[in-house]
Amino acid sequence: MKPSLYDLANPLRFDRIARAALPWLVAATIVLMTLGLYFALFNSPADYQQGQSVRIMYVHVPAAWMALFCYTVIAGASAVGFIWKHPLADVAAKEAAPIGASFTLLALITGSLWGKPMWGAWWAWDARLTSVLILFFLYIGYMSVWRAFPDKTRAARLAAILAIVGFVNIPIIKFSVEWWNSLHQPASVFRGGGPTIDGSMLTPLFLMGGAYMFFFAATLTQSMRSELAARRLARLQEIDARSSYVLVEQ
Amino acid sequence: MNGRQAIILRDVRLAFRAGGGSFQAVAFFSVVCVLFALAAGPDLRLMSKIAAPVVWTAALLATLISLDQIYRADREDGSLDVIVATSDELALTAAAKAAAHWLSTGVPLIVATPLLGLLMNLEAGAYAPLMLSLVIGTPALSLIGAFAAALTVSLPRANLLISLIVSPLYMPILIFGAGAASAGAAGDPQYAANLKLLSAATLFAAITAPLASAAALRSNLD
Repeated sequence: MKPSLYDLANPLRFDRIARAALPWLVAATIVLMTLGLYFALFNSPADYQQGQSVRIMYVHVPAAWMALFCYTVIAGASAVGFIWKHPLADVAAKEAAPIGASFTLLALITGSLWGKPMWGAWWAWDARLTSVLILFFLYIGYMSVWRAFPDKTRAARLAAILAIVGFVNIPIIKFSVEWWNSLHQPASVFRGGGPTIDGSMLTPLFLMGGAYMFFFAATLTQSMRSELAARRLARLQEIDARSSYVLVEQ
Repeated sequence: MNGRQAIILRDVRLAFRAGGGSFQAVAFFSVVCVLFALAAGPDLRLMSKIAAPVVWTAALLATLISLDQIYRADREDGSLDVIVATSDELALTAAAKAAAHWLSTGVPLIVATPLLGLLMNLEAGAYAPLMLSLVIGTPALSLIGAFAAALTVSLPRANLLISLIVSPLYMPILIFGAGAASAGAAGDPQYAANLKLLSAATLFAAITAPLASAAALRSNLD
């Protein structure tokens, strides 16, 4: 039989694969993060305009990438869960949300710390900043829907609809800097015609990006495992409560 | 008269009769404007500068508090189950519900706007851009809001959750709407651009929100 995504729908099989993959994901995170931070803090030049503050960028820019990436994962997993009713897709979408929200918050906070010396203000109401803030609220709304509905199947479907609707915001954020003349600098890494920043700065940037990506994969896998375990526990307790109820009846 | 027209007519009638939501929405809209004015102080120059954004924010808030009503009564008396079970095209019915909400909330707000503009020292040249931006933008508020109401219809009380869901989706509408109103008053060339983006947002909401509402209603009632 050809292996497919449906093989992962079996929680036990998923758990087996996840347990095998986790040490590698954690190791990759640690190695990349150590290398990335070394390059970012010690082995890269200070910017001729920004000075040492440019080093905040190595934390900030990959966090902003991840903020968008996590939401894309949620929307994609939601679509898979909604269309094919893949049970693990819903769990993945649910568990990716807090991680994505944390990356968004990290991007907002580091951006603000960088903005104070560079722009002279903690916050500016320009297109990029505002739309990332909107993204943060989208994450909050998405997580609230999951919490509001006691029935998990219904919560999964409704949260999926909201995630897909909210996905409209992602291209707006990506292109906001080009569409509106904003204070935030235009894209300098992923753009047509190649990156406009120097190679010495790209190395730590990509190392940190890779570290964040593996961090996301590791935390997502672990949260999915604990969510599945929690669901199993709730189910067992329900069965247990029901059987003791039967005993009392007798 | 087909079913969807009947739904619109019934919802609008209910909203305008005693105890209906239209009057309350307009009253709330005015109260928010007055609260802003009181908080900002008696400086008339400042007032005329912030009048358009304040009116836009108040219209958004007045829409927000009326959203929970869209499907609530239908849900409680069981007619929503009938609507979902018998509708040949549920998305179009959801669009009819949103249209009824706009007719009973959005339109009264627009009608009340000139009076509030007068109170808030709105400049003579600022009335037309403000009204035009509201006419184009408030349907999007009703459409997106009706989607949030559909999403939360099976919950006993959903006002807070609706606000949380809808606020990020409303932000672009508010930015373009208030932006168009201010740019139009100042004679800024950004006026046309903002109006076009606002129209695009409304059209996009008109297509996607009813489809999403239909999916949400079905998921809530199964």
